[in-house]
Amino acid sequence: MRSYILYRLFQALIVIWGISLITFSLLHLFRDPALILLPPEATKEDVALLRKEMGLDQPIIVRYFKFLSGMVRGDFGKSFVAQRSALSLVLERMPMTLWLAASGLLLAIIVSIPLGVLAAVRRNQIHDHSASVLAVLGQAMPLFWLDIMLIIIFAVKLRLLPASGAGSFKHIILPAAGIAVSLLPILMRLTRSRMIEILSQDYIRTARAKGLAERAVLFRHALRNALIPVITILGFQFGMLLGGAVITETIFAWPGVASLVVESIFNSDFPVVQAAVALFAVLIVLANLLTDITIAWLDPKVRFG
Amino acid sequence: MGQARVGMAGLGMVSFVVAVALLAPFLSPENPLEQDLVARLKPPIWEEKADPRYKLGTDPVGRDILSRLMYGARISLSVGFLTMSFSALVGITLGILAGYYRGISDSIISNCVNIMMSFPYILLAISVMAATGPGYKNLVMVLGLTGWPIYTRLVRAEVIELKSRDFVTAARALGGRHSGVILKHILPNLASSIIVLATFELARMIIRESFLSFLGLGIPPPMASWGGMLAEGRSYMLGLWWLAAIPGSAIFFTTLGINLMGDGIRDWLDPHTRNR
Repeated sequence: MRSYILYRLFQALIVIWGISLITFSLLHLFRDPALILLPPEATKEDVALLRKEMGLDQPIIVRYFKFLSGMVRGDFGKSFVAQRSALSLVLERMPMTLWLAASGLLLAIIVSIPLGVLAAVRRNQIHDHSASVLAVLGQAMPLFWLDIMLIIIFAVKLRLLPASGAGSFKHIILPAAGIAVSLLPILMRLTRSRMIEILSQDYIRTARAKGLAERAVLFRHALRNALIPVITILGFQFGMLLGGAVITETIFAWPGVASLVVESIFNSDFPVVQAAVALFAVLIVLANLLTDITIAWLDPKVRFG
Repeated sequence: MGQARVGMAGLGMVSFVVAVALLAPFLSPENPLEQDLVARLKPPIWEEKADPRYKLGTDPVGRDILSRLMYGARISLSVGFLTMSFSALVGITLGILAGYYRGISDSIISNCVNIMMSFPYILLAISVMAATGPGYKNLVMVLGLTGWPIYTRLVRAEVIELKSRDFVTAARALGGRHSGVILKHILPNLASSIIVLATFELARMIIRESFLSFLGLGIPPPMASWGGMLAEGRSYMLGLWWLAAIPGSAIFFTTLGINLMGDGIRDWLDPHTRNR
């Protein structure tokens, strides 16, 4: 177990190093940052001066190592626009993004697990079929289109909920619903197929044979075991969840990290973009690492292997 | 449920979109780029005060929405197909390299996959598009270059499994060369899972293209793309909701058709999933 954790830690470090390479290239490979910052009428001397000031006249290797050592310390430089630490700007927006993602996830769990259980119990009946139709629709539905339809229906036509922004509890309902729908199909399908598998196991037959109430069989014996793979999938879907938050934030003007990134892109504020991209990627690496270690800890084959 | 019929319905929907895209110059009633400021923001025919000349109405600069929708199909399908093929080609090659030869190439490739897969895809695509600038070529390049890891992951795992099967060992023992074994014995056995994955990826690529165009980072105006039309319609959402709903529905129709088709293909290729 210990060597497995060490191995996974080492692997995570390699991945984080790769993340630093890609994040660095974002700014330095495609265009000259000095040219992005200066107005088009800037003279050659202006460009040279700014390049020197930003350290762009140094060889790319030197620049990369400076970037890497900055990244390790959490220093991505100053935002070109706000003139403050890029990372702190991103971190200020992080709670809003996490709140949105967590609400969407919670909503998805509350809806998908009962639906998946029901579909498994009443297999091949009308409920099961409609659940699978819903899953197909949900899987094909582009999240940003769904978000826009939610706005049109609930904010424009019915005038029930606000169309964008944040501030009250009402503001989070539509964005969270959008994220939840994007996670529903996979959670529901997985719960259903695991429940079907487990309900045919001997220990379920034993539980029923000894006269346990069907409810106890379902929830105490079957669901508990069915949920283990569902939870691991959730760990690996963390990236998808954050991706969903990115899309949803831009549609609903939710003041989280993603809106900041899109804003910064249009302002050519690359340090902020780099900080956000790197932070998201590192969070996903950590989520995957934790999921892997949890699986290993739960699975004796890995634990002692 | 008639799974086969659902798959056929998907195939029908996709064929319809493909036909519209191919025949756009003949089918479209108007020039998709021609502006007519007098006839701007006409509602579609089911609303009051519609102009029968513009079946789905006109956009904020007076272009015919139906014609733009038809030409938009060309963008969505061609970007989707190009990027899907490109990432499949790269991903499959790397997956075979990693899974068949293992060793150092495997650890390099697998680490690259892990690195690429730890970025939220859309955020990476947004940032790279912002760095390279919008445009058709850049869009195809960015989506293609960021889309391959999922194929590599699948192919690598399947190749490792196939390599341990007896028929591969036998082919090797009979003196077959690596290239021959890969082409004749490994690839044909990968085909069905790759086709299924590629179908779903096609839908995902179309969604990504339209989202990037929606943000103004994909297909630049005035070219007609569904994502771009959605973005133009977005600021009118409070009154003229159809401006956003129509192109959005076109995207959904297409991705739904492709997904249904993918489900159909999967069941057709793999009878085990039929009753799951």
